[in-house]
Amino acid sequence: MSGLVWGIVWGLAAGVLIALGALIGVWWERKLSGAIQMRIGPQELGPAGLLQTLADTVKLVLKEDITPRAADVTIFRIAPLIVFAPIAMSLVVVPYAAGFAPLDTSVGLLFFMAVPAVSVIGVLLAGWSSRNTYATIGGIRAAAQMISYELPRTLSVLPFVLLAGSMRPLDIVEAWQWWWVPLLAIGFVVYLISSVAELNRGPFDLPEAESELVAGYFADYSGIRWSIFMMAEYGGLVAAAVFGAALFFGPFALLPGAAGVVLFVVLSAILATVMMWAKWTFPRMRPDQLMGIAWKVLTPMALVQLVLVGAVVPWL
Amino acid sequence: MALDVESRQVVETAEGEVFDQLVVNVGPSHPSTHGVCRVIVHLDGEIVTRAEPVIGYLHRGIEKMAENRTYLQVVPLTDRLDYVGSMYSNWAYCRTLERLADIPVPERAEYLRVIVCELQRIASHMMAIGANGADTGALTLFVYAFDQRERVVELFEALCGQRLTYNYVRPGGVSYDVPDGWIEDVRAFTTEHRSALAEMDKLFFGNTITRGRLKGVGVLSAADAVAWGASGPVARGSGVNWDLRKHDPYSVYPRFDFDIPTGTEGDCYDRARVRLYECYESCRIIEQALAQMHSGSYRTEGLPRLIAPPPGDAYDHIESARGALGIYLVSDGSPRPYRMKVRSPAFCNLALLPMLSEGHMLSDLVAILGSLDPVFGEVDR
Repeated sequence: MSGLVWGIVWGLAAGVLIALGALIGVWWERKLSGAIQMRIGPQELGPAGLLQTLADTVKLVLKEDITPRAADVTIFRIAPLIVFAPIAMSLVVVPYAAGFAPLDTSVGLLFFMAVPAVSVIGVLLAGWSSRNTYATIGGIRAAAQMISYELPRTLSVLPFVLLAGSMRPLDIVEAWQWWWVPLLAIGFVVYLISSVAELNRGPFDLPEAESELVAGYFADYSGIRWSIFMMAEYGGLVAAAVFGAALFFGPFALLPGAAGVVLFVVLSAILATVMMWAKWTFPRMRPDQLMGIAWKVLTPMALVQLVLVGAVVPWL
Repeated sequence: MALDVESRQVVETAEGEVFDQLVVNVGPSHPSTHGVCRVIVHLDGEIVTRAEPVIGYLHRGIEKMAENRTYLQVVPLTDRLDYVGSMYSNWAYCRTLERLADIPVPERAEYLRVIVCELQRIASHMMAIGANGADTGALTLFVYAFDQRERVVELFEALCGQRLTYNYVRPGGVSYDVPDGWIEDVRAFTTEHRSALAEMDKLFFGNTITRGRLKGVGVLSAADAVAWGASGPVARGSGVNWDLRKHDPYSVYPRFDFDIPTGTEGDCYDRARVRLYECYESCRIIEQALAQMHSGSYRTEGLPRLIAPPPGDAYDHIESARGALGIYLVSDGSPRPYRMKVRSPAFCNLALLPMLSEGHMLSDLVAILGSLDPVFGEVDR
């Protein structure tokens, strides 16, 4: 019984975290892209435009919830939740402080990699049920892309299992040593790039490529359902950033107590910023080039990293 | 989205092979159709097997409307042809009319026309390069290019009060002389523009993803470029060294020292890069024109309100940002044109789209369309 209660509590906490992440993330991305593009970004609502996203959210919630006549109604309506829920779930295994993760499980690493992968199904369903050629192409592109990038992404975090001898994130955080940073440099690059691709964010945003597919798999969505897709995207961004910061940079091992948590938040923000920065700098790739990078560049890189760590581990 | 296009089509090839094709209707309202182009795209997976442009969504009958207006009233109509480069349409029309009615143009006016048209070339190419960037997902390049375009538009606003449809080049001259300080502003702009071009070159054309996206895509051979009547950066990107400013010199262009940049491969990358280099050359021409321009009258005084050219016809063409823009006028001696015909470079260049995009991916289609730089005001007229 208490398990269920805690489950509900942490589930709500994850939802709040994503909502906050999306609220601040959207604002920060707009400010950042504004700075990159010689603009100012939001500035009217609240200090430095901080409340702009809140106003946008209110607008989105109040908008009419439109379902296209040709769409498969049930699937069309449920698809955003199938995308959102697994990403929210993945947040519960992240270590947020030394010795604290909402869901402390011995297969946390596997959980974090495997559960968000379920959202591919939601994306595919959204694209397919819209009965729209753009959405269909976007959905199929997204499925191919997310499945391809699953592989290098998972391979890039496997070295932790070798080094810490455990799949439990808390064990990994505890066993963290400073020399992991130079040793896992390749793995970190693979993790960062494949996380961006996994989230369908630029320069890998082909499934929602504006110039070709208008908005891709969510072309027909509006209002609250559309914003759930956006929340999922920012939720994924938050998850990738916090997980990467906790594991690759070991903030809790570097600084004890609350200072470690502050460092963790700062590192996560930096990682998220880097992922946004890439989107506003680079052009978009083509589907074949995208697959080429996943299979011909990132996967071999991740394997090299794994071999490298495998060669080091026996000498520890 | 799907207007009247069946989105699934079973195709039987000559060998009797049957396969499904997805028919995607791109446009007329779509983020990267550069206005209102509609392209019916047949897709085999991601590969385009057929791309069929459907034009006419911006047809306003400008050529027909011209027949019911006096010669002076047609000038604002030409603004609406190529709305990204209104100065060119103005100038092409005025040159033809001046030839038809034998109207003299003062030298200062010729220099002013060259200066505004080279500025217009920069503005138009910035739009094209920025759109190339936006089509390939580089939204920041779009903003950088538009910042440069905005500077030119501000100069035009100071000159004639308009930002888009200038109505500046008039029969027998231009509508206004330069305001105080304008020449210094143009000089400052050309200096600043060169560094902005260098930055864009590094930011976009030097980028690995851009090269991967644009190189080898939509290759147009020099022979095809000539055969299909392509002109402007589209032909020059394929290595066809043909520019009316050099090869059929008009106005005061023979007095300037400038080069014609050409590409070698004829792909999207070369077409876009030719535009970038043309902006450097435009800066050179502007600076020389500013140095050579003398004071004097900017228009021919004493022209009648109703110009009635003698019966006959005339054709003249200029090098616009999109290629050879020609206007043909027929006069029956009345103060209204009997017939006006526009030879639109954008229309001829757009005709290449099905040939260039066949066999490429859907993502390449928008890049190819962007590299042809069509403006639908001029295509549909």
